[in-house]
Amino acid sequence: MKAAVITFPGSNCDRDLAVALEKAGAEVVRVWHKDTDLPQGVDVVGVPGGFSFGDYLRCGAIAARSPIAPAVINHAQRGGFVLGVCNGFQVLTETGLLPGALMRNSGLKFVCKPVQLRVETTDSAFTSEWSVGDTPVIPVAHHDGNYTADAETLARLKGEDRIAFTYVQNPNGSMADIAGVLSENRRVLGMMPHPERAVDAAQGGADGSVLFRSLLGALTTA
Amino acid sequence: MSDKLKARVHVMLKDGVLDPQGEAVRHALGTLGFAGVQGVRQGKVIELDLDAADRATAEAEVRAMCEKLLANTVIEKYTVEIA
Repeated sequence: MKAAVITFPGSNCDRDLAVALEKAGAEVVRVWHKDTDLPQGVDVVGVPGGFSFGDYLRCGAIAARSPIAPAVINHAQRGGFVLGVCNGFQVLTETGLLPGALMRNSGLKFVCKPVQLRVETTDSAFTSEWSVGDTPVIPVAHHDGNYTADAETLARLKGEDRIAFTYVQNPNGSMADIAGVLSENRRVLGMMPHPERAVDAAQGGADGSVLFRSLLGALTTA
Repeated sequence: MSDKLKARVHVMLKDGVLDPQGEAVRHALGTLGFAGVQGVRQGKVIELDLDAADRATAEAEVRAMCEKLLANTVIEKYTVEIA
């Protein structure tokens, strides 16, 4: 399985994401935002957390219009897998690959702590190794993680079983406690919590490794 | 022949989208003793210096900029003034 991890100016979880993917068995290629093509044969694109372009204008807005963005959009439209974490989730909503938007946390504070998630669906390559109702502990670290969508979009996400994770205790005011959502073809996942920060006991927990193991499992048997 | 024009874009959250920052400002105004502030919405103003053939072209172009980048129309609305 081959993964590409994109780095924007201001990304700061790109290396962690690459390490987590490698640890799960992927071959990882690092890609710079000014590149215009993904390497040949990439199965998964990782859009990492951080503060791309200093969060100027809106979180993820400039990164979503960077030179590499059309290649990522193409990859997704061809049925490729994309994982966006934190700022990466914001970037994916800004590209339109995922619905909704991430607004300032309702408490206005940056929240940085491990939180308990609830796995809402196992019908995705990212969550297949969990059971519905599992409560992995994965850290969040964001100022703008308050997921918002119009009523129609929210109903669709629920109806199509596209809410991947919710928060057990909502830290940011997100609608329906949403922590992560899937695209219509279930191959693009955006989530605010950082699974790459929970892949080794030395990080304080390894619950996030299930996500990478699921993905690798799904892609190596495919 | 092109003109130097200024455009001013106002970007605001759509009605009905909760504005946590506006709410915090409203709350702080109340704390400072400004009674009667019923609601606060916070947005942004973006000013652009343009070279454009005429005002209509400038406005069309700035609207395209809003749709593509300056506003996130999922949650925001915008108005364009050409001066």
